[in-house]
Amino acid sequence: MVEELNEEKLKDLELKANDIRQLIIKTLCEIESGHSGGSLGMTDIFTAFYFHILKHDPKNPNWEDRDRLVLSNGHICPAIYATMALSGYFPVSELKTLRQIDSRLQGHPHRSSLPGLETTSGPLGEGLSQAIGMTLAGKLDKKDYRVYVLTSDGEHQEGNTWEAAMFAGKNKLGNLTQVIDRNNIQIDGYTEDVMPLEPFREKYEAFNWEVIDVDGHNIREFVDAIGRAQSTHQQPTIIVAHTTPGKGVSFMENDYKWHGAFPDKEQAEQALKELADIRKKIISNY
Amino acid sequence: MLNPTLHLNQKVFDKNVETETTRSGYGDALEKKGEENPNIVVLSADTSNSTNNTKFIEKFPDRFFQCGVAEQNMAAIAAGLGVSGKIPFISTYAVFSPGKNWETIRTTIIYNEANVKIAGHHTGIVTGMDGVTHQATEDISSLRAWPLLTIVVPCDSHEAFRATCDAADIKGTFYLRFTREKTPIITTDKTPFDINRAQVYWLSKNPQATIFGTGHLLYYALVAAKELAKEKIEVDVVNVATIKPIDEKGIVSSAEKSGAVVTVEDHQITGGLGGAIAEVLSRNNPLPMEYIGLQDTFAESGKPAELIKKYKMDDVAIIEAVKKVIERKNG
Repeated sequence: MVEELNEEKLKDLELKANDIRQLIIKTLCEIESGHSGGSLGMTDIFTAFYFHILKHDPKNPNWEDRDRLVLSNGHICPAIYATMALSGYFPVSELKTLRQIDSRLQGHPHRSSLPGLETTSGPLGEGLSQAIGMTLAGKLDKKDYRVYVLTSDGEHQEGNTWEAAMFAGKNKLGNLTQVIDRNNIQIDGYTEDVMPLEPFREKYEAFNWEVIDVDGHNIREFVDAIGRAQSTHQQPTIIVAHTTPGKGVSFMENDYKWHGAFPDKEQAEQALKELADIRKKIISNY
Repeated sequence: MLNPTLHLNQKVFDKNVETETTRSGYGDALEKKGEENPNIVVLSADTSNSTNNTKFIEKFPDRFFQCGVAEQNMAAIAAGLGVSGKIPFISTYAVFSPGKNWETIRTTIIYNEANVKIAGHHTGIVTGMDGVTHQATEDISSLRAWPLLTIVVPCDSHEAFRATCDAADIKGTFYLRFTREKTPIITTDKTPFDINRAQVYWLSKNPQATIFGTGHLLYYALVAAKELAKEKIEVDVVNVATIKPIDEKGIVSSAEKSGAVVTVEDHQITGGLGGAIAEVLSRNNPLPMEYIGLQDTFAESGKPAELIKKYKMDDVAIIEAVKKVIERKNG
């Protein structure tokens, strides 16, 4: 079971998340490519997973009893790469090779290229199914590892996502937890304009899932939700994480134009300044 | 004559030649390999019966996953199982998988190196009365460009059994192509099967043309060879079961022996076996070629034998193609 968070650990995680946001900004500015919005929006959740929730060993990424974290919406990989680097899977200095030739950090994640990645993703709607496969394998092998899968709201427009939701509900996959990045944006605009997705709760409940809504930037609330998911044995759980795309950078927040955009030098400087201010606030708050 | 070293079915030219579906060979192999290896699992998309998974399911119900009519989900679940150490077979009609879920397979299975075995059933126009919607005739060409994939088209139920066993034993993604209809038994259980090699099934001293066939139409190629021999036209018939990676050396040496080539497949002539052979020959020694298969058209509903005749894939059409290619060579 996931440990409860004490104040010190919480502060530590919030600072880590701030570090990761700064790494993301620096990386995307340097390589002049990549998706800012979703990456910054999911940073708190990646931090909670890699530095608190997951049973994993960065020095032994193929450890067979590890928990699996599947990233379905691969375009936010700057966040998973930065988090993996900070947690010790590979040197932080390697982040600047993202999307460059001869790099292990492919533009969208490629499992065989980088130890520690659980899957290859980018094309949307495929992660939940793969996480189901890993959950079934764990059941057959009588392992107690848990499988977490991060999905986007936009990819719930893919039929495959609902095929998978149906399967997981039918098969009562209690070891499976989905976290959906409910940030309300996709490339062409706001999700509810492009193709309405609500109501998530009722839809997933109808598919026999346990549904928990959380503030995706409240790490304590998120960790508590994971605890609830872990004690739900006869149903898969979906945590609907309400997030702010571009979180931490005022001019990126909630603007869908930042879904697939990267900051130029001036914008990056401004963003890093804002993030440094937030860092100071975190320290003074505790 | 039939290659005497290969223990082929000596009764293949009998009027009442024994027939069986290639999917039954697949089903028997699944059961056998399932006994031997507990990591083998099977997934189907509401077609578990008609794609011959029943024996496996009865013996290993916990290792079978019913996905309902959802082929993308089936493929990606298999990918998750595969990267977790399982050896998944995904089994349904080829127009749906790898048809409908092409990109899912590309991303989550092939590029992801997930060790999944794709069993494509009801392929070719011999799927018959169900019509074009259910006759997979572009599956080979739509997969052949993928790296990291092995494609095998068994010619009969024995070969289907062997190919399925090999797919279970060899690490890597496989596409296995099966038919619904019973087709003549060409080999025996003593016929050697080597997934890396094309084999000469009909052998002549001085062949004037080489017929490369794959799948069940190999039977018509053999019948054509026997008929042509009566007219003193000697040919070789080569079974190319494995289309990718193709036996380049074997194909070049067989083709060079005669200097003229006919390819035979129950598939569009674009990008399938014919395309693969043409690529091999153009790299090594370009030779005149004729192509038997669907001539850039769709077929229709009908009885398999009627369709094979109408769409010019039978022995009569093959004989005509052989004569034409020899004429081109000598012209």
